[in-house]
Amino acid sequence: MTNILIAAAVLALLGLVLGILIGYTAKRFAVEADPRIEEITELLPGANCGGCGYAGCADFAKEIVENDANISSCSACSEENFKKIAEILGKEAGNREKQVAVVYCSGDNHKAKRLARYNGLNDCRAAAALSGGGKTCRFGCIGLGSCARRCQFGAIEIRNGLAIVHPELCEGCGNCIDICPRKLIRLVPATSKIHVYCNSLEKGPVKRKACEAACIACKKCVRAVPDSFNAQGFLVRVTEDSNLTEETIREIACPTGALDTVAHHTAANSGKEGAA
Amino acid sequence: MKNNMPIHPKHFEGGIHPADHKELSAAGLIRNIPLLDKYTLVIQQNIGAPPKLNVQKGDTVLKGQKIADAGGFVSVPLHAPTSGTIGEILEIPGANGAPVQAVEIISDGKDEWCEPMTPYPNWRDQNRELLLERVREAGIVGMGGAAFPTHAKLSPPPEKIIDTLVINGAECEPYLTADDRLMREYPEQVLTGAEICAKILRISHIVIGIEENKPDAINILRRKAKRNRNIQIIPLHVRYPQGGEKQLIYALTGRKVVAGGLPMDVGCVVQNVGTLKAIADAVTEGRPLIERIVTVTGTPVKDTGNFHLRLGTPVEKALEAAGGLQSPVGKLILGGPMMGFAQSSLKVSVSKNTSGILFLANDEVRQFEAGPCLSCGRCVDACPMRLLVSTLSKVCENERYDLAEENYVLSCLECGICTYVCPAGRPNVQHFRRAKAEINEKRRKNK
Amino acid sequence: MDEKNSVPEKEFLQEGSLILSSSPHIRTSMTTSRIMLQVLLCLLPVVAASIWFYGWNALRVILLCMIFCVGMEYLWCKIAKTPHTCKDFSALVTGLILALNLSPLIPWWLCLIGAFIAIIIAKEVFGGLGQNPFTPAAVARVALLIGATKPMTTWAPLPSAFHHFDGVTSATPLSAAAEFSAVTSATPTAAANTQLAIFNSNEFLWNAFLGNIGGCLGETSTLAILIGAAGLVYLGIIRLYIPVAILATITIFIWIVNGISPGTTPGPMFHLLTGGVMIGAFFMATDYVTSPVTNLGKIVFGAGIGIIVCVIRIWGSYPEGMSFAIVIMNALVPLIDKLCYKRPFGWNPPAGTFQPRRGEIK
Repeated sequence: MTNILIAAAVLALLGLVLGILIGYTAKRFAVEADPRIEEITELLPGANCGGCGYAGCADFAKEIVENDANISSCSACSEENFKKIAEILGKEAGNREKQVAVVYCSGDNHKAKRLARYNGLNDCRAAAALSGGGKTCRFGCIGLGSCARRCQFGAIEIRNGLAIVHPELCEGCGNCIDICPRKLIRLVPATSKIHVYCNSLEKGPVKRKACEAACIACKKCVRAVPDSFNAQGFLVRVTEDSNLTEETIREIACPTGALDTVAHHTAANSGKEGAA
Repeated sequence: MKNNMPIHPKHFEGGIHPADHKELSAAGLIRNIPLLDKYTLVIQQNIGAPPKLNVQKGDTVLKGQKIADAGGFVSVPLHAPTSGTIGEILEIPGANGAPVQAVEIISDGKDEWCEPMTPYPNWRDQNRELLLERVREAGIVGMGGAAFPTHAKLSPPPEKIIDTLVINGAECEPYLTADDRLMREYPEQVLTGAEICAKILRISHIVIGIEENKPDAINILRRKAKRNRNIQIIPLHVRYPQGGEKQLIYALTGRKVVAGGLPMDVGCVVQNVGTLKAIADAVTEGRPLIERIVTVTGTPVKDTGNFHLRLGTPVEKALEAAGGLQSPVGKLILGGPMMGFAQSSLKVSVSKNTSGILFLANDEVRQFEAGPCLSCGRCVDACPMRLLVSTLSKVCENERYDLAEENYVLSCLECGICTYVCPAGRPNVQHFRRAKAEINEKRRKNK
Repeated sequence: MDEKNSVPEKEFLQEGSLILSSSPHIRTSMTTSRIMLQVLLCLLPVVAASIWFYGWNALRVILLCMIFCVGMEYLWCKIAKTPHTCKDFSALVTGLILALNLSPLIPWWLCLIGAFIAIIIAKEVFGGLGQNPFTPAAVARVALLIGATKPMTTWAPLPSAFHHFDGVTSATPLSAAAEFSAVTSATPTAAANTQLAIFNSNEFLWNAFLGNIGGCLGETSTLAILIGAAGLVYLGIIRLYIPVAILATITIFIWIVNGISPGTTPGPMFHLLTGGVMIGAFFMATDYVTSPVTNLGKIVFGAGIGIIVCVIRIWGSYPEGMSFAIVIMNALVPLIDKLCYKRPFGWNPPAGTFQPRRGEIK
């Protein structure tokens, strides 16, 4: 009986001492963690794509709370969660413009002229170092899909040797931009629906020889709607504040089909018919 | 003297001997081709700074006239291959695919020499600065393939002690026989060139390494070299890449160039036999470098052989001189099949480092399949740099360039052996090129 | 430029048809599938010997295993939606080697299980050919040996065989030797000494060399294995580092053990000629994927296998340990590769390599 009592007393005493010790250390060495960091981490997409420039979603959340990082740097966050995060921080949600990536090329294997049969590593950067792959055009998409493999959201499709970004899947993280050896990919506001899908700085006739779908700077579009286009040398770009509609594009009827709507460009069989 | 003789291993660890097909072009004499209407001269034909063009469209030039000045110390001038007028300055596909600036020279048919540089038949009496200046003025670069300006190689920094001039007559690349023919037909120039280099470097010991499959070249040079007992001619085992700088130095002197080091660290300067002939011509006859010997070969070519081609000769004209084609071509290569560059068009032109124009038939070209690595170790056994190729190839495939760097990918010669022997058809060399480019880019960024 | 007649034979070189690739532009004719076919070819003498000694039953097991292995690979490719890898014949080689490691009396469903373990568990789940850490056939054999010991170790002489055993039959000499060493380790008896003498006799060893003893399909005839191995070496498929290291280590190890305590186990020749040592050394341990790549690593790997085999045979509870030894050493391959790292050329030049030639500097 006494043995049991002694055992119980020792255990109780030990528990008490350890309890006090734990309590003390918890107070003394407490790490101040803002509960909001965890909440915000939960609300972020969790893809750890790195598009915001931080080491991942958790790191970004910490930076938001502690160093007042800009929430809108996260392009993948949904509108709803974005508002919730703003609420947690007690800030105005503000206007956040969604951005998507666009590959400025429409020269797939049918349209772009073949220079040679490329045989080697299935990697755009490696091909670029080696005569630039199989297409004649030195500015266009090599089409070996380095960007598609880099994309965490599966938004880039390689169709017939051409990278096509599906804007509904694209989160605008911008990871694909650096990997493209031709610097063809740019982030644009998700609202812009019309682009000139060509990036070649060659002279018109050279371009025409190299690719059926090149912008040959005929300026048909510029003459039709002067405000919405911006011609630089042999390349025309749609201005950012243009409000072109699909109908106008159809009326302009770009002769090579380089001027196209996002919907038509990404549609499943646009490659075969050319522009509307 | 005896105990001071270096050991000659005559070979190196690793290497392979692919079927060399040298019989296709080794037999006939070096031929001349008729003057062309037009030459397309690539402006930058040397490693280092690009030369600066000093003529404009419409100017008349004479053969051998300097049309571009050296753009810096590591740069050489460029000379007109014939007399005529300057045509367009245009972009043509370069040897490694990227477009390069080129200048057209429209021949006037007279092929008239400009006033030559003073020849120094008695060059032994001239001082070395003068000779070095001549090498530079004649636009001479390493004609084995690297195109590094020769005068820069011949002026090592004073703290480096140079004691041996290593002459590369190995010509280990399959198919090519240009150096072989050159040594057989111009042995005198090769030896003179070597002696001039030795004089410039202020040394006397010269070793010439020639692979054993060129017995004629060895015999002729041995006979001619009797006049100078400091010239040693050493037959080397037939093994690719015997002509690799580090391998050659090891085989001839037993010295190992440290990873990342240069031949001058172990007291050697390496020159190709073609370069030596160019040096001899420039010094003894005052002729600048405007032509070189090129092997035009391959089974699809009708009349294979070696040709004196002027710089700027388009490949299609060279092919015409070799009788044209007799069967379909799968690949056109400038250089040898192991390290040369595949071309996409016949518009490319001969430059100072073009040692061969090789046409391969469709069935001779083995395509890459990139199967899984079996770790069979063939590449590891064959690598002349003793790299762990199988591991490297796998880490590069997974884009782990940090691990590639740890595994010494930067030591890779890109000799192509690992890809040649790979039963799984993996494009190892391309992997390593990519890795090296990424690592160098990262280093530049971090600086 | 006059494009019309610049090249007379235009049709031989069409624009856009040239192949563009990184150097080198030529390659050996050796391919993965060719290696595998050559291995199959080199295994033919072993197959012939197994049919000679075990009759058509042997052929039955061999065909079953090969068909099951290829079938498994095909199924996996279908289900996992990976590109078909059946073309490289590696599954055929695995199947054949597995069959040669089974008893001729094994039921068909054990072959199926063996094929499943070899192809799916040991190879495909790790990522397929080139990624597997363990030799598939060895893993399957180990699994079957543990899971189905009885059918795996029954070698009754078969009425259908072309050749009838004489001398030592049915029970394998190895298990006899194992029991024997267990009994005799304390006090050597007269009976034990007689047995030892039989095992070390030239007659027994000659029978073991020819394959005139009990055992798995492919492991009995050392002669056939050596013919096949000579083929492998001649064709340049294997290098002798691993087999020689294994055989040498076993010889030395047994010699030392018998030297310290005479009569512990039969002599080295007995150990080399019986059980799976020969087929393991030449055909299984030399599997490219699961052995080290450097020559030094290969020697270390082989030596490890030799020691483990001897330890299992002399002191372990299993009479045979070749497949265990291979699997255990497979696990150590990454470590061996790390320790036996080759330094690149010129990485560590011997001190004083370069001394300027005397009298050269002016």
